Amino acid sequence: MKEFALMMIGAALVNNVILARFLGLCSFMGVTTRVDTAAGMGFATTFVITVSSMADWAVQTYLLEAYGLGFLRTVTFILVIASAVQFTEMTIKKVSPSLFQMLGIYLPLITTNCAVLGVALLLVEGKMGFLEATMFAFASSVGYSLVMVIFAGLRERLALAHVPRLFAGPPIAFVVAGMLAMAFMGFSGIATS
Amino acid sequence: MANSDYKTIVKDGLWDNNGVFSMLLGMCPTMAMTTSATNGFGMGLATAVVMAASGLLVAVFRNRITTEVRIPVYILIVAAMVTVVDLGMNAWMHELYKVLGLFIPLIVSNCLPLARLEAFAAKQPPLPAFLDGLFMGLGFTIALTVIGAVREIIGSGTLFADASLLLGPSFKAIELQVLPSSMNVLMMILPPGGFIVTGLLVVGKRLLDLAAGKEIQMAGAHAL
Repeated sequence: MKEFALMMIGAALVNNVILARFLGLCSFMGVTTRVDTAAGMGFATTFVITVSSMADWAVQTYLLEAYGLGFLRTVTFILVIASAVQFTEMTIKKVSPSLFQMLGIYLPLITTNCAVLGVALLLVEGKMGFLEATMFAFASSVGYSLVMVIFAGLRERLALAHVPRLFAGPPIAFVVAGMLAMAFMGFSGIATS
Repeated sequence: MANSDYKTIVKDGLWDNNGVFSMLLGMCPTMAMTTSATNGFGMGLATAVVMAASGLLVAVFRNRITTEVRIPVYILIVAAMVTVVDLGMNAWMHELYKVLGLFIPLIVSNCLPLARLEAFAAKQPPLPAFLDGLFMGLGFTIALTVIGAVREIIGSGTLFADASLLLGPSFKAIELQVLPSSMNVLMMILPPGGFIVTGLLVVGKRLLDLAAGKEIQMAGAHAL
């Protein structure tokens, strides 16, 4: 149990998907101008990463490895992810139309979020068991959502600040992200994985 | 197409519309694989090969791909090209393959190839589409090499370290020791350095564009 807890903290904070592994940076820069959209994106991505990682784990174990089809991994995983996104879209539309309205165009774009494919490839490379893989995927995506919301908060403040014209927009956002990454390096003593 | 159009493709890809510094696409490998100039160079070249090949393929089949299914088809074409590059690098450039690791299959979800397929290759004949993919890819390579060089010089004092190991023995000559190791700023090759150097280099490109009398581009980072 203790190993699981440490592994999850490691995946969420120490090896944060965005700030340490550099995955999902497009959405990190693209949809963090407001806290509520960032939170919605984080929620939807958490769901997709967890579901598609479970599916990818099953596909890897029972299909690709069992029949020696390892070279088809990239193609298969991206298909599984695209289906998982489609499935998420249909489920949310049926279960909660208001949430579906809120997420709107961000939903289909999760397919090209490299955090989803990245986490799936990481847990295949780490040769994890099913439970461990699911925990890892969930913790990683919680870390993703956390950083998205924190960064959106920073950018809301940044929008009111006087930024030199040359730095306006993405450059100052990058510098701020760098400082956030420095802050997250402080977690590196907590757990290793 | 006239010659001037080809010139525009080359200029757009390498500088005016540079995938990293102007459009801010493909940020993940840009940050993750630029801890040294050699890594950036290798990552950029792998992406350029995928972009040129998938641009050519999409342009060849552009009249057969219907609008409704185009995105899945593009992703599958890119994924197929990535698999080819992945297996090829594993076979012939194994050292570099081990360093780039996860980020070779992740070219699939890099926004830059997909953005160029959608914006350019889907509407153009094969040759311009191939060239657009190639020069956008080379522009990406230049950007990654520059970011890698800056981070490497400040962070570990070297330039193109391990080039002979990763790219082949003939690259031994470009390995340099620029600064003594006592002056290293480790922060630059750690994750925060990637963000900060990229941000400052975007400002650098804006300054150069401004000096050349061009409008500076405030766009970017809107695409997902």
